[in-house]
Amino acid sequence: MMNGHYGIYGGQFVSETLMETLHELEREYEKAKRDPAFQEELAGLLRDYVGRESPLYFARRLTEYCGGARIYLKREDLNHTGAHKVNNTIGQALLARRMGKKRIIAETGAGMHGVASATAAALFGMECEVFMGALDVKRQAPNVERMEVLGAKVRAITDGSATLKDAMNEAIREWTARCEDTFYIIGTVAGPHPYPEIVRDFQSVIGREARRQCLDKTGRLPDEVIACVGGGSNAMGIFAGFLHDASVALTGVEAGGCGVETGKHAASICGGRPGILHGCRTYLLQDADGQILETHSVSAGLDYPGVGPEHSFLADSGRARYVTINDDEAVEAFDLLSRLEGIIPALESSHAVAQGIRDARRYPHDGIVIINLSGRGDKDMESVRHYKKLHRKG
Amino acid sequence: MDRLQNIFQRCGKEKRRALVIFNSCGFPDMESSETLIRKSIESGADIIELGVPFSDPIADGATIQKASQTALANGVTLPKILDMAERIRKDHPETGLILFSYSNVMLNYGMEALCAKLESIGVDGILAVDVPFEESAELRKLCAEHGLHPIPLIAPTTSHARAERILRHAGGFVYYVTVRGVTGERTELPPELAERLEELRAMSPVPVVAGFGIASEATARAVAEHADGVVVGSAAIRPMFGDGTLEERTGKVASLIRSLRRGVSDAL
Repeated sequence: MMNGHYGIYGGQFVSETLMETLHELEREYEKAKRDPAFQEELAGLLRDYVGRESPLYFARRLTEYCGGARIYLKREDLNHTGAHKVNNTIGQALLARRMGKKRIIAETGAGMHGVASATAAALFGMECEVFMGALDVKRQAPNVERMEVLGAKVRAITDGSATLKDAMNEAIREWTARCEDTFYIIGTVAGPHPYPEIVRDFQSVIGREARRQCLDKTGRLPDEVIACVGGGSNAMGIFAGFLHDASVALTGVEAGGCGVETGKHAASICGGRPGILHGCRTYLLQDADGQILETHSVSAGLDYPGVGPEHSFLADSGRARYVTINDDEAVEAFDLLSRLEGIIPALESSHAVAQGIRDARRYPHDGIVIINLSGRGDKDMESVRHYKKLHRKG
Repeated sequence: MDRLQNIFQRCGKEKRRALVIFNSCGFPDMESSETLIRKSIESGADIIELGVPFSDPIADGATIQKASQTALANGVTLPKILDMAERIRKDHPETGLILFSYSNVMLNYGMEALCAKLESIGVDGILAVDVPFEESAELRKLCAEHGLHPIPLIAPTTSHARAERILRHAGGFVYYVTVRGVTGERTELPPELAERLEELRAMSPVPVVAGFGIASEATARAVAEHADGVVVGSAAIRPMFGDGTLEERTGKVASLIRSLRRGVSDAL
């Protein structure tokens, strides 16, 4: 990476008002990275508060069902707050405290990053406001209640498509107005530099653990690592551990919605082209005039028209492969994992599970596939029930 | 001497400051927007910022967000805005015209093609809201090749050292953002504004205009005491949301612009 760019992607496309704040964040983050006390405190919290390391679990029944490679699940759903998001919010809240900020803001789609931000704010005694699309407030109601119990204020955004993109617009506006006392905890590997790097680094604990655990358990590296990609933080986190292992295939799964061919999807890499949104140059879903399109996915956390710039770079370079899983396939995988393994996955993670089932079949029995199970599905009961009611077959 | 230089020189001779009016192009539709711009020029605007609507305007407050959404719903596109700019240029050879846009829309058109087109129309410069100095090398190079000014922004949060670096590459004028935050009308401006503007003018090789939050003749007058020009955006768009005929609504904007023009004229 050069100067916040990943090839032609990344950068700092924000208004001048935010530039000094971004530079300050860059400087502080560089110091924190090299500060043993910071790293020790982060490691201690990840261990004792988040409950790391998360297990690498051999999914025996799912493996038998597929009849191909051995499938392992990286159990980020077992983290405190139920998803990988907390790895990043604890790290960024520590940075916020180090920089003397008393107030944090965050955007959220499915609500998992909002809950993880509210959690970190409670832990460090900070004020917290979470920006959430009004549509998401409705479809992820349990997470809204959790944020409020944790002491955060949830601001419902009714602009545009009333989902994650609009929540992020409003969070950036709020940050522009209050960048001196407010720290913006971005939840994914997108946004202006240095956020894609910071979030990737804090999430890379997933990949470091998974690589070591796989070697310990099987004596070798996996053939393939699979993760869902909205903005792409859980994927970047697990990919980071394997980027230099050329033999390990990396697969990012985007939300195919009703099918990429229908135009109702959220697959920025598979169905979009490069542009600039939310501070970085990356693959986007946009019309011929460069206006950002409304997206669709059954999963609120993947319902975003952009993607982290490093994913765009990995896609162009061919190091990672990006595919889509449609709503129906994700819901099917949601049911399947629940019944075969007793694990209810988040709808986001269900996209990775569906792709894992597809890919595992291509390998012999001694093959190894790791699926990043980025979050638990308790929050999705209502969404799945609603989806099934609308799409009941027969 | 180029058009923008002429404008500021003329203002100097007339002992007044320049009045810059932002227009949300295509709001509520292309025709009304063109009518409004023409009336704005006739009512005393020296420079028009042609605001290109974007679906995700992260630097804008409620008024311009809403105007952009309506304009997009009614089919505004950058090519239509360029056609309009061409017609306006023909009738108003002395008015400054600045394209004011988020980067993605320009990127889609093609930066090189856009700069060539702007040059042929006679637009004077580009203000790219989300392209800070660090990302502006290509834009500055293309502007230089096509005789356009890349208008930079300086904010209340910009340090002295950073402002010096930005000003070394500034052309046309520099746009000082008066408030922390997004565009939109404010009842009061920061107390340190006058001092900051004077500091910038002392450093700057080009005129310094101030914008964001300025909504009335009184505020325009107060700001104009310390700046070479004043920009008004949201306040000059808001009447267009109201009831009444196009004639009545543009009439309200025109009377606001005449009062703003008095404000910038009294300041000296």
